[in-house]
Amino acid sequence: MIRDHKPKAVLILSLPVFWLLGKLQGSISPYYYQIIIYIGINIILASSLNLINGFAGQFSLGHAGFMAIGAYTSALITSLIGAGGGLPTPLVFLPALAGGGAAASVCGLLVGIPTLRLKGDYLAITTLGMGEIIRVIIQNLDFLGGARGFTGIAKMTDFFWVYSIAALLIYLLYNLLHSTYGIGYLAVRDDEIAAESAGISATRIKVSAFIIGAFFAGIAGGLYAHFVTYINPAQFGFLRSFEIVVMVVIGGMGSITGVIFSALILTILPEALRAVAMYRMVIYALLLVVIMIARPGGLFAFGSGRKKATASAAR
Amino acid sequence: MSEFFQQVINGVSLGSIYALIALGYTMIYGVLGFINFAHGDVFMVGAFVGYYLGPLIMPLTGEATIPAGLAVMLAAMIVCSALGVTIEKIAYRPLRSRPKLTILITAIGVSLFLEYGGQLVFGPDPKLFPELIPSAAIIDSSDLVINTNSIIVITTALALMLILRFIVFGTRMGTAIRAVAFNHQTAGLMGINIDRVISLTFVLGSSLAAAAAILYASVYPSINPLMGIFPGLKAFIAAVLGGIGNLTGAAIGGMIIGLTETFVTGYISPAFRDAIAFGILILILLFRPSGILRRHETEKV
Amino acid sequence: MNNRGKLMISLTILGLAILSACGGSQKSDEILIGEYSSLTGTTATFGLSTHRGLLLAVEDVNGSGGILGRPIKLLTEDTQSKPEEAATAVTKLITRDRVVAIIGEVSSSRSLAAAPICQQNRIPMVSPASTNPAVTEKGDFIFRVCYIDPFQGEVMARFAFNSLGLRKVALLKDIRNDYSIGLAQFFEIAFKRLGGEVMATQAYSEGDVDFKAQLTALKAADPQAIILPGYYTEAALIAKQARELNMNMPIIGGDGWDSSKLIEIGGKAMDNTFFSTAYTADDPDTMVQKFVARYRNSFGETPDAMAALGYDAGRILFDAIERCGNTQPECIRDALAKTENFRGVTGTITIGPDRNARKPAVIIAVNDNKMSLREIIQP
Repeated sequence: MIRDHKPKAVLILSLPVFWLLGKLQGSISPYYYQIIIYIGINIILASSLNLINGFAGQFSLGHAGFMAIGAYTSALITSLIGAGGGLPTPLVFLPALAGGGAAASVCGLLVGIPTLRLKGDYLAITTLGMGEIIRVIIQNLDFLGGARGFTGIAKMTDFFWVYSIAALLIYLLYNLLHSTYGIGYLAVRDDEIAAESAGISATRIKVSAFIIGAFFAGIAGGLYAHFVTYINPAQFGFLRSFEIVVMVVIGGMGSITGVIFSALILTILPEALRAVAMYRMVIYALLLVVIMIARPGGLFAFGSGRKKATASAAR
Repeated sequence: MSEFFQQVINGVSLGSIYALIALGYTMIYGVLGFINFAHGDVFMVGAFVGYYLGPLIMPLTGEATIPAGLAVMLAAMIVCSALGVTIEKIAYRPLRSRPKLTILITAIGVSLFLEYGGQLVFGPDPKLFPELIPSAAIIDSSDLVINTNSIIVITTALALMLILRFIVFGTRMGTAIRAVAFNHQTAGLMGINIDRVISLTFVLGSSLAAAAAILYASVYPSINPLMGIFPGLKAFIAAVLGGIGNLTGAAIGGMIIGLTETFVTGYISPAFRDAIAFGILILILLFRPSGILRRHETEKV
Repeated sequence: MNNRGKLMISLTILGLAILSACGGSQKSDEILIGEYSSLTGTTATFGLSTHRGLLLAVEDVNGSGGILGRPIKLLTEDTQSKPEEAATAVTKLITRDRVVAIIGEVSSSRSLAAAPICQQNRIPMVSPASTNPAVTEKGDFIFRVCYIDPFQGEVMARFAFNSLGLRKVALLKDIRNDYSIGLAQFFEIAFKRLGGEVMATQAYSEGDVDFKAQLTALKAADPQAIILPGYYTEAALIAKQARELNMNMPIIGGDGWDSSKLIEIGGKAMDNTFFSTAYTADDPDTMVQKFVARYRNSFGETPDAMAALGYDAGRILFDAIERCGNTQPECIRDALAKTENFRGVTGTITIGPDRNARKPAVIIAVNDNKMSLREIIQP
């Protein structure tokens, strides 16, 4: 198979671009900057969920739980290391994020394995339940601040961190999709039994989807925590999971670009509609229903992504 | 010892309510094959119907009397049935041939719509539910207090469940429902009008949810548009616990969840109130996914 | 790129353009004050009351020519009773709307989320009613016009021990918020110091509706009273369910109970309950009565402590701006810190070096669906 080096080149080129853009942070209003950061974080969240839902076909409703674990773990790490003081930010932040991601992926493993046998709705409810259990556990751990939350997290997140990680994730997903391993994902999603009989280990695919998806959700959580500097368990409930699911579904499950755009629009929209915030969720909900009926493939998928997304929804 | 008895009463009372909601879930799952996420929110609407109609009906029937409670419950059941049937017609019917995942997401969408729409229409603040059923203490010692509230909840729930049982197992409509639950296509070939049966199922399920709501709000009188989320989820778990698609199972499952929740909250820690049900769910799905009273489901290759 | 791609890009640009256009017009001589409060959500009456109190204060000032000859414009953001919304609201007020000072919030959790942002941006923040001590510790730009929980816990303990003669109580706290946990702690410390005993402790979560399990457990410990430092909705429901379980002992709470909804929801169950707060509408002082009358006139309700505190917070802030002579945030901050013996409707207020207010507390007794003044406790 001829290797296509373009994606790798794009990824590598984008890093210094992001670094430069990051330096411009001071010139835009903090309010807009905040929105841009949130867009990036949501891209990571939605894309990582896309891997689980769209690619591997495991309908997970507990993504916020992974995010929570990543957020709290990384916050814990930076507050412990940071206490020593004086270390340059990347040296503290990177291990913290990685730690958060790792903890989350362990959870991904713990969620992925028992749910192997489950399908559709059962899987959805179970992952929902697991997300809630994670939240309740955190809520009862006093050293994490419990229900009152974890305050005073160092503000380390910036444009460069968020967008380079997002770019990395997109690159990984793109590569995965265009590899033989990736086809295994789609095969499992479309017809597990047929895939198994073709020699593909559905178990390995599904579990790896959860692990990788959870890893990046955890990193997104870490980025989020080190931006808002205050986290509490209520921010990671199933409503948050739903929001991410909505991004993936509206973007088109299985479509990389669709989900990116969806994350973008669905992050900007609530801020633009701040004046009518109460209507926002009602519109969201209606949108969801209408799209499912009219265009289950998602609104923003186009190109090859669209075909995959529609195929994904037509299972 | 009396503390124990008190907790038992609390638990059975709560469990009866969960059972009623669970029956709706299990029936809809049996007939349509998916989790109606919006069921908990139909429950919520029932409570608000009671809130608004209560003060209107009570001047006629007298305040806090059994006829008041019954009248309001009936009204709520009618409204919720209409709501349930409408939802089915608009949101679920067009998707009947589509994969389950699509309907699931749609159900989530409907659920969110009812919740946030409710916040818009009713206001997000908690409201005080009117006292519809008499609340006096029957057994009233310093140790043990049994309130008429609890008695009414338990007996009403029991009565409704028996009525449902009669409908499903003793009437032709009921047989039609069971036929459709068993196999859509064959039932259709037998001349059963699938659409009508499904609508009927929603009527029954939503009515039970509405009744559950009136009972719930009478015991826990603070209502708000998001009140259906957790009871709905727990009731669904109860349905799974009992064996999804199995009516008796749903009732038993509801009791188990209600009792467990009360005991863990009272004797261990209230912090885990909501997580218990999910814990039970995971255990059940790990070890006995078909539920306590099974209903066999084979997957055809 | 295909057509749809172009469509997406254009939509995005359009969206961003709309966003930036939403800057709002600003008349150049208005003084912009930001407010963040919970106008919706589980503690909506807190936000609504403070907002209304603040509106009256703004009316006062604008009616008499404004401050330094300039009118005050109040920009309000709803926190929906959520801490993360508080953070976003405050960020928006400071960075996009460029307010010179911020008033808010009632709930300590939300104030704690917003305070670091105000401090970082060096914009003074005045909390009308957050009582958790950690709030003003966030920085020297953060102030409050109410007392703090160590004092309130002491007040509740003194009342329970001295006035009601209680020696053995049970504690029922809300683990969902800082305020309740903090107040419970301070009460326990103070009560024990006086010689009392906390025999049992149970907990619930804000938003719960079923407390029978916890109450039954507390009942078994046979306390003389229940201390309930939570918010009004749960307090009322708990009182109801307690009475249903034949638990008729006194129930004592803090200023989180202060809302008309307490009696609305609790009804007769609230008989034999007490709570501490910052002010009472029964205060015969003429200034208070004038405020009460005006509030009733404008909003059709008797003002509660949150409304009174909102009013005072506004007036203290405006007074500080006046004393300062300009609208520089730094200057306003310094003036606020020097506030001394300011006559407010919630008492005579002096801002101490820790930026908290020293003032008396009142104990309100609830009986027959009415609240009445029971006792005043000085610091």
